[in-house]
Amino acid sequence: MRAAYTHDHQAVLAVEDVSLTAPRGAFVAVTGPSGCGKTTLLKLLAGLLRPTRGEVWVAGRPVRGPQQHVGMAFQNPILLPWRRTLDNVLLPLEIVPPHKHRLRTHRREYVARAQALLRAVGMDGFGDRHPWQLSGGQQQRVNLCRALIHDPLLLLLDEPFGALDAFTREELWQVLQGVWLERRFTVVLVTHDLREAIFLADTVYVMSPRPGRLVYTAPVPLPRPRTLEDTFTPAFTELYHAVRRHIGGGGEAATGSGGGGFGAHGFPREGTGP
Amino acid sequence: MTRQLREWTPPALVILGAFALWEVGVELLGVEPFVLPGPRAVWAAYRAWEGAIWFNAAQTLYTTLVGFGLALVGGMLLGLAIGYSALVYRALYPLLVGFNSVPKAAIVPVLVIWFGIGTVPAILTAFLISFFPIVVNVATGLATLEPELQDVLRSLGASKREIFLKIGLPRSLPYFFASLKVAVTLAFVGAIIAETVAANRGIGYLMIAASARFEVPLVFAGLVVVAAMGVALFVVFALVERRLTGWAYRGQSVAG
Repeated sequence: MRAAYTHDHQAVLAVEDVSLTAPRGAFVAVTGPSGCGKTTLLKLLAGLLRPTRGEVWVAGRPVRGPQQHVGMAFQNPILLPWRRTLDNVLLPLEIVPPHKHRLRTHRREYVARAQALLRAVGMDGFGDRHPWQLSGGQQQRVNLCRALIHDPLLLLLDEPFGALDAFTREELWQVLQGVWLERRFTVVLVTHDLREAIFLADTVYVMSPRPGRLVYTAPVPLPRPRTLEDTFTPAFTELYHAVRRHIGGGGEAATGSGGGGFGAHGFPREGTGP
Repeated sequence: MTRQLREWTPPALVILGAFALWEVGVELLGVEPFVLPGPRAVWAAYRAWEGAIWFNAAQTLYTTLVGFGLALVGGMLLGLAIGYSALVYRALYPLLVGFNSVPKAAIVPVLVIWFGIGTVPAILTAFLISFFPIVVNVATGLATLEPELQDVLRSLGASKREIFLKIGLPRSLPYFFASLKVAVTLAFVGAIIAETVAANRGIGYLMIAASARFEVPLVFAGLVVVAAMGVALFVVFALVERRLTGWAYRGQSVAG
């Protein structure tokens, strides 16, 4: 898989001359200060936005519009409140062909698939619950299942764990890593949390403030499966500092948004994009 | 059972209390029955005119429900069109607002000129008065769809129609049903307004006729029946709403 794009968005340059590629099955994280166009990048990849210049390629083909082999999950789980967990997970199958035509006749097979996914993220037995009966972490797990139910080649995650508490977040890192190691889809993860990026990704890309440019690329050579213990090793810390130094471009931005020791948590949250 | 009892006891007590206060007040202050009859006098008038009251009440119920039914179908369709398309919204909304700000009582004489005295003006008034809240609610339900939710479906290649069917329509249903219980009571008011101006049947006509003959207890009997029917219609649609869009209430008894 290859993804390279250049984009200027109306009058505002959201992303400029960003060029990166992710091999099939890779886990890539994109990070950077608020408003650097990370969400725009994801929308370009998803085909929700069209680049004004340049091209986006996914699975060997240029992206011309929404694509069915892409799964998306946002910070806000936005499950449909009138559907139970299982039916929320099945939603993409009602839209993506060929499943959309097979869903009714092969329902049992698809339900089994959804249940296997729910089990993989630790939500076994929650299929009958309504979204409001689930905690934030549980909703996000369901959200992940919904993004994966149609076996996408490419999973796009826009700060999926940003609204969760630290413990739940770390737990979900491991859940995501587990599912990914098992299924090996390609992931592009957008996050403010540098620990999250380094823990999960093969490569961490850092973008500059608007217009977003790629300013740093950090391969993460740590072996998998990674554990939370690994995040306290010197190798991890070194990577963390290397990435951190490239956030915020100049000194003023860095001091302005640095916050405490774990600066990544101190960043203001990015909106839905410029 | 005990929970139902607990739920129904307070309103029942308040209503009985209001009647008691009314009766005692009228007795103590010595108000003449042709000014304000007490509940017992009203009850006596009701018993005396029971057949006529229910005959006319049935007519009012009929015009209300026909008018409301038209508003329900028309309001849902127009609301969906307005919520679905920004163009339709921009084009129609000012007209609708202007239309809604005309007092419906002022339209009745026009309707009488067009359709004569009788059932049709009552139905149309009921329709006109209950149409707008349904349109606005349905359109609001569609317009407040979370953009992220649309993105999730759009990124899968969903068509606008699929997004509408999968999320737009179900999302607007609670708004639709919430508007129904308001709209049906409004339709009832509309029908009665029309009947008091131009009808030879219906509970509104009965009350006007009774007051012309100074049968004040009968007027009040009509009023009480009107109130009871209004409450009954409200309850029916509140129950329909609860049943069909229970998910919007999250298991708590939050009345919309």
